[in-house]
Amino acid sequence: MSKPMLSVAGVKTQYGKIIALHGVDLDVNEGEIVTLIGANGAGKSTLMMTICGTPRASEGRILFEGRDITHMPTHEIMRLKIAQSPEGRRIFPRMTVYENLQMGAAMDDYAHFEGDLERMFDMFPRLKERLHQRGGTLSGGEQQMLAIARALMSRPRLLLLDEPSLGLAPLVVRQIFDVIRELNAIEGLTVFLVEQNAYHALKLAHRGYVLVNGSITMAGTGRELLESPEVKAAYLEGGA
Amino acid sequence: MHEATAAASSGLLARALKDAAASAAITALLLVPLVGMHATEGPSGALVLKYRFGLVAIFALLVGGLRLGLHLTVWRGDSARGAAPRFPALARLAGPAGDAAKPVFFAVLLLYPLLAVLGSGGLGPSRYWIDLGIYILTYVMLGWGLNIVVGLAGLLDLGYVAFYAVGAYTFALLAGSVPISDFFAGTLGADFWRLWSFWVCLPLSGLLAALWGVILGFPVLRLRGDYLAIVTLAFGEIIRLVLINWVDLTNGGAGIASIPPISFFGIPFSSGEGGFANLFGLEFNPMHRNIFLYFVILALAALTAVATIRLRRMPVGRAWEALREDEIACRSLGINTTLTKLTAFSIGAMFGGFAGAFFAVRIRFVSPESFTFMESAVILAIVVLGGMGSQIGVAVSAILLIGGMEMLRNLTFLKDPWLFGPDFDPSLYRMLIFGFAMVAVMAWRPRGLVSSRLATIFLKERKKVSGDLVREGHG
Ligand SMILES: Nc1ncnc2c1ncn2[C@@H]1O[C@H](COP(=O)(O)OP(=O)(O)OP(=O)(O)O)[C@@H](O)[C@H]1O
Ligand SMILES: [Mg+2]
Repeated sequence: MSKPMLSVAGVKTQYGKIIALHGVDLDVNEGEIVTLIGANGAGKSTLMMTICGTPRASEGRILFEGRDITHMPTHEIMRLKIAQSPEGRRIFPRMTVYENLQMGAAMDDYAHFEGDLERMFDMFPRLKERLHQRGGTLSGGEQQMLAIARALMSRPRLLLLDEPSLGLAPLVVRQIFDVIRELNAIEGLTVFLVEQNAYHALKLAHRGYVLVNGSITMAGTGRELLESPEVKAAYLEGGA
Repeated sequence: MHEATAAASSGLLARALKDAAASAAITALLLVPLVGMHATEGPSGALVLKYRFGLVAIFALLVGGLRLGLHLTVWRGDSARGAAPRFPALARLAGPAGDAAKPVFFAVLLLYPLLAVLGSGGLGPSRYWIDLGIYILTYVMLGWGLNIVVGLAGLLDLGYVAFYAVGAYTFALLAGSVPISDFFAGTLGADFWRLWSFWVCLPLSGLLAALWGVILGFPVLRLRGDYLAIVTLAFGEIIRLVLINWVDLTNGGAGIASIPPISFFGIPFSSGEGGFANLFGLEFNPMHRNIFLYFVILALAALTAVATIRLRRMPVGRAWEALREDEIACRSLGINTTLTKLTAFSIGAMFGGFAGAFFAVRIRFVSPESFTFMESAVILAIVVLGGMGSQIGVAVSAILLIGGMEMLRNLTFLKDPWLFGPDFDPSLYRMLIFGFAMVAVMAWRPRGLVSSRLATIFLKERKKVSGDLVREGHG
């Protein structure tokens, strides 16, 4: 097998004395959708942020395309064709949709800006309608679309998504997951998806990991995890 | 339906009037002993009681009127606070309609000295107005400089005056330095340094202030909001204390007075042969220099404005605005937040340094007293009142605040013996009025005078992003 695109090996992350991650191992191969599921406070967001360099891993190594990024400054990591839609969306509320998208392309020198903008409008027609509206006045779903589109504007090879379905209506969740699937199938984008919505995430993903209290307890293909009794009991109860 | 609203509004009016009358009465009662009776030393040295009931009446009316006004506007309940801007004319200044007003605005600025001379009837009498223009423009420039740090990058800087001081002292020390003057006397002529020092030192002052901006920037990069404000406040005070105590260099509290005057690009504003008036065939008048100073500060302020507009459209300017909104998101987009903050600090500081050099060459005397925290507070107030980030708003609020405080001096009718008496100096109350103005503006327009901002880049048409319609939500 070829080397993974992103490889997290024995990563431990602490907030002061609190240990949030106890040596996590995880791989994301090129062209895959990999999901990470887990309960509130399991450390999912911490893992994603550690990949991006804030907070720093106190032990272990993180490789992206064979390069050690464990100690790289965050802004340099994010220029390596990794893009992130952080937890809580974090769009720029006082900037317009257009300006938000521009910020996404800032590190790409706007070389492909116009074309990429059109691509985003194809994917999320709502954004085109709202182009000159302030980000903060968008609905939650629109903000999520904007957060994903903004991340995509930097033309990433690896997209990190933290709970894109948070607080959205089922129909909008479906729409966003469809876009992720298309991006992966058509453009070959590699996606690392952190989700609470385990059912949808596991159905979408090629592979998945389960994080419990800062440790990976299970790994497998999406289907395997969906069918595993432990996952069913802990994350899919009454779900769908 | 109509009757109901009419009844409601007449009820409102009645209630407001009643409340206003009650407040006025209470104020009057309280103030009769406090203000209405005034004990002064009589001619024989004994205490004499004076009555000032006129003053009491004025205060009572002021309080009553203010409360009435507040009842009918601000306290009217949320229904009255519609989306429509209260000062449409001001809001329009920032919009496309402002484009037509801008040439007029610039024309007025350019012609201001002429208008002042014509209006006051001669060069000599125009001095007050020209100096006032210079004074206001200095604050416009300082406001625009601080606007980069506070308004655009969202970094609350309470020590901006430090950079103003660095600029002023850099200029004063270099321009007044005897060794430098002697050095150039040997190579470029005896008068070189006296005539050219401003033009050589102006960029140096800006650069040095920018350097100090970086020096301040480094330790405070991790801080935000209140913490940043406190550290910058301390920085401003430290600079002032250093200026007071480093007597060998700065001459301490006595200040530096040997600053050469500004020249017309090497031509002195002197009366004799080779002076400005002589060369241009004019009759000598000291006002020539003041008018020239007016145009220098106008050019410096314009430079600040143009640079800011340019920077806002460049990646670094957009990164500033993004930084103000969300630092974590900025980092996740690959923006180097450290560098972005440093550039905001240093560029803002640079313009403060330019303004400081100008201040020094205008007054020709610098002392630590000119650089107190009060200055920082006034500049910050200008930025906040103007609507953070809005250049036209900052200019308007500088004109209103600085010009308004100056105008207080002209309220001579208050010296009427029936009111405050001849010893009364209205300008002593300027801080009080300043505070009132702040509270009033913030009550009426919580986002500042001009609260809408234009999107920096337009796709096809200009769309105004109205501040009044924004509900800041994250969900
Ligand atoms: N900045 C911080 N300082 C201290 N502790 C933190 C910090 N951020 C997260 N934690 C702690 O680390 C643990 C993991 O948090 P994390 O945000 O990674 O959880 P999560 O799996 O993303 O949860 P959720 O699904 O609710 O978003 C939690 O116990 C949390 O309290
Ligand atoms: Mg989380």
